[in-house]
Amino acid sequence: MTNQPAIELKNITKKFGKVIANKNVNLTANRGEILSILGENGSGKTTLMNMISGIYYPDEGSIYIDGKEAVITSPKDAFDYKIGMIHQHFKLVDVFSAAENVVLGINKGAYDLNKSTAQIMEICDKYGFELDPVKKIYTMSVSEKQTVEIIKVLYRGADILILDEPTAVLTPQETEKLFAVLRRMRDAGKCIIIITHKLHEVLSLSDKVAVLRKGEYVGTVNTCETTESELTEMMVGEKIELNIHRSEPVSDETRLSVKGITCKDRQGIVVLDDISFDVKAGEIFGIAGIAGSGQRELLEAIAGLQKLTSGEIIYNNPKTGNMDNLRDKTPVQIRELGVRLSFVPEDRLGMGLVGNMDIVDNMMLRSYSKGHSVFLQRKKPKDLANKIIHDLGVVTPGASTPVRRLSGGNVQKVLVGREIAAAPTVLMVAYPVRGLDINSSYMIYNMLNQQKETGVAVIFVGEDLDVLLELCDRIMVIGSGRVAGTVDARTASKEEIGLLMTKSRKETEGE
Amino acid sequence: MLAKVLSLVTRAIPLAIPLLYGSTGEIVTEKSGHLNLGIPGIMYIGAISGVAGAFLYEQSCGNNIENMNAVLAILIPLLACIAGSVLIGLLYSFLTVTLKANQNVTGLAITTFGVGVGNFFGGTLIKLVDTEVTSISLANTSHFYKYSFPFVDKLGWFGDLFLSYDFLTYVAIIIAIITGIILNRTRVGLNLRSVGENPATADAAGINVIKYRYVATCIGAGIAGLGGLQYIMAYADGSWSNDAFGDRGWMAIALVIFALWKPSMAILGSFLFGALCNANNYFTGYGVQAQELFKMLPYIVTIVVLIITSMRKKREHQPPESLGINYFREER
Repeated sequence: MTNQPAIELKNITKKFGKVIANKNVNLTANRGEILSILGENGSGKTTLMNMISGIYYPDEGSIYIDGKEAVITSPKDAFDYKIGMIHQHFKLVDVFSAAENVVLGINKGAYDLNKSTAQIMEICDKYGFELDPVKKIYTMSVSEKQTVEIIKVLYRGADILILDEPTAVLTPQETEKLFAVLRRMRDAGKCIIIITHKLHEVLSLSDKVAVLRKGEYVGTVNTCETTESELTEMMVGEKIELNIHRSEPVSDETRLSVKGITCKDRQGIVVLDDISFDVKAGEIFGIAGIAGSGQRELLEAIAGLQKLTSGEIIYNNPKTGNMDNLRDKTPVQIRELGVRLSFVPEDRLGMGLVGNMDIVDNMMLRSYSKGHSVFLQRKKPKDLANKIIHDLGVVTPGASTPVRRLSGGNVQKVLVGREIAAAPTVLMVAYPVRGLDINSSYMIYNMLNQQKETGVAVIFVGEDLDVLLELCDRIMVIGSGRVAGTVDARTASKEEIGLLMTKSRKETEGE
Repeated sequence: MLAKVLSLVTRAIPLAIPLLYGSTGEIVTEKSGHLNLGIPGIMYIGAISGVAGAFLYEQSCGNNIENMNAVLAILIPLLACIAGSVLIGLLYSFLTVTLKANQNVTGLAITTFGVGVGNFFGGTLIKLVDTEVTSISLANTSHFYKYSFPFVDKLGWFGDLFLSYDFLTYVAIIIAIITGIILNRTRVGLNLRSVGENPATADAAGINVIKYRYVATCIGAGIAGLGGLQYIMAYADGSWSNDAFGDRGWMAIALVIFALWKPSMAILGSFLFGALCNANNYFTGYGVQAQELFKMLPYIVTIVVLIITSMRKKREHQPPESLGINYFREER
């Protein structure tokens, strides 16, 4: 059974209106192998997999499963062919328990949740998952939800598993756990297809890599015979530099000075505890920490969106030379001063952009107050929208396309591009490259560097320690809302930061 | 004291049952993700369809109760009522599920339409009888509908409290209980709830979202329609007059929120609403204008409950997540 082709795609083409998502894709995935599908944003990876799992139907071409032509018109057909897809956005019903989600849609046998729960536990034991079947989805962490998704397809007896960007939202430890499970499934003879753009994951996990570029199939290579730069070249179509050019800070002037801020959430739990730091003009100040350690609240506090219980935030106004306390100001006043928050949350559209509005209108969200007549003046925002589309290479049919139709990376480019266009003096970004491919990521890093060189104080909340060390000038590590330490990014090591991160976690656990 | 409690309950329940039908129907529909604001109209349609069926049967029997067959007298209006309301449910489903029309607008249109159709045919039937009164009496059919256990009189207060109602009252409670069991204990219920919570997930799990939405909306409409019939045959003693059913359909929808989308809660809620609707009969002596204030009580209670439930924010008490949102499969 192993190393036989499980699934073959022949000349698959799919169009959405004028946009060609996939063009003449040929692809083979074998049993007992992990195949990575690599490609930039909008290269059609997800669309291709959606056709295998029956969400979309190909316009042209055919799919072969175990050598026989298969017609997959619905997700149900895909199940019948034992294909299971784990989507990037989990397809789970929030108010249901894990077990209810797992059995949803199965029509065989009697409806008996207790029996199903026992079977779920069996699967968990077999592959090494940890899961509480009666736990409700809405109380689960992202990693637990992903586990439910995987068990859901295994419970249906899937032996072709497709995972769409499974590590995008996981911590390094959770990622390792997932990979261990995937390897065990591969060894059990399953065919595993993983969509990703993280090169080191491709190299450490998969047996083969198939590369897509702008909807077209570039080729498949054996992982052991390839290198990071070769894959990048296949993906982007040209050689690109994967270096971040870090310049020396231009000045020594303190732009923003945070003094002992404390802040509580709605349940009265302290989320920020006596945090103090200075950010200089013309430096990139990194913030590292385990997700949910107070990064979001910290940025929001500076932007005036969080109520502080104590402490102050002093802004050194370069225009007037005054020291302004941002605590007394409204979010609008803070923005007027040039303190810009480009927060890129897990849900990219949640904050900052309105999905149903087009790019031009989203530009106007920030500038509408500049108009002086009753009527909208669309000329300037339109120019700005076109400039961002051109400069950042946003893939879109036009400036009048609703933002929600763009792929995740392009949405992020629009958001960051707009905030930078406002010529900020303090620019705050959180996870700006989450879910982005290499090329777009480096484009964003370069944009941040350019801002730094023009004297902007950049606060960068990141999760990839390698990038933080390469990009930032100083890195502050926070854990459980407290400062665990600040290091010089030029001399510090990854282990040093990792230690600070875990140290603060252990302290809280010990309490 | 006992007599007072007895009269409170026995007066509340007849007022409660049409609401219970309406809200059980609406719960089934809403669990599929469709906010059917057409329920008030559908209850009118159900009522007038039943009335028309009963009217024709009574006419064919020469308006003589001696000639009427008990089974037919009950079945004909019942089936006519279900057919009429399911048909409108089908229309609503076609507009919203297949043609993806806005659910709120469609629902409101159906209500306006249903009330109009009810009054139009009601008016026609009244004209046919050619009487001076502005209502139509189906007392003979009502007699069969209100037939209750023969030994009730001998059971004293127990009989009055539990066994003195028409059979549709018991049917309403049984339907509500069965609906609750189906929703929470069966695979069909699980599938239906998933369709209302997250249709994309249900679709990906291989559940036919369109089928579930159609069937749930039609069954919901059928159940709600029975509320209209029960009101005419039991509460109104078989007499139809235009607009008499009033805004009970809207109260049924409010009751759904009050009951937190749980049929078992809807049973209790409908009894409470029934009692509150009756409140103006207990607080007499405050003048006519005060009567209207007491009639507000059910609505005030609904608003209070809404505020309390939204404050508690428990996820299980929230409406189905995709309530009111049409499902487009290919949308990204």
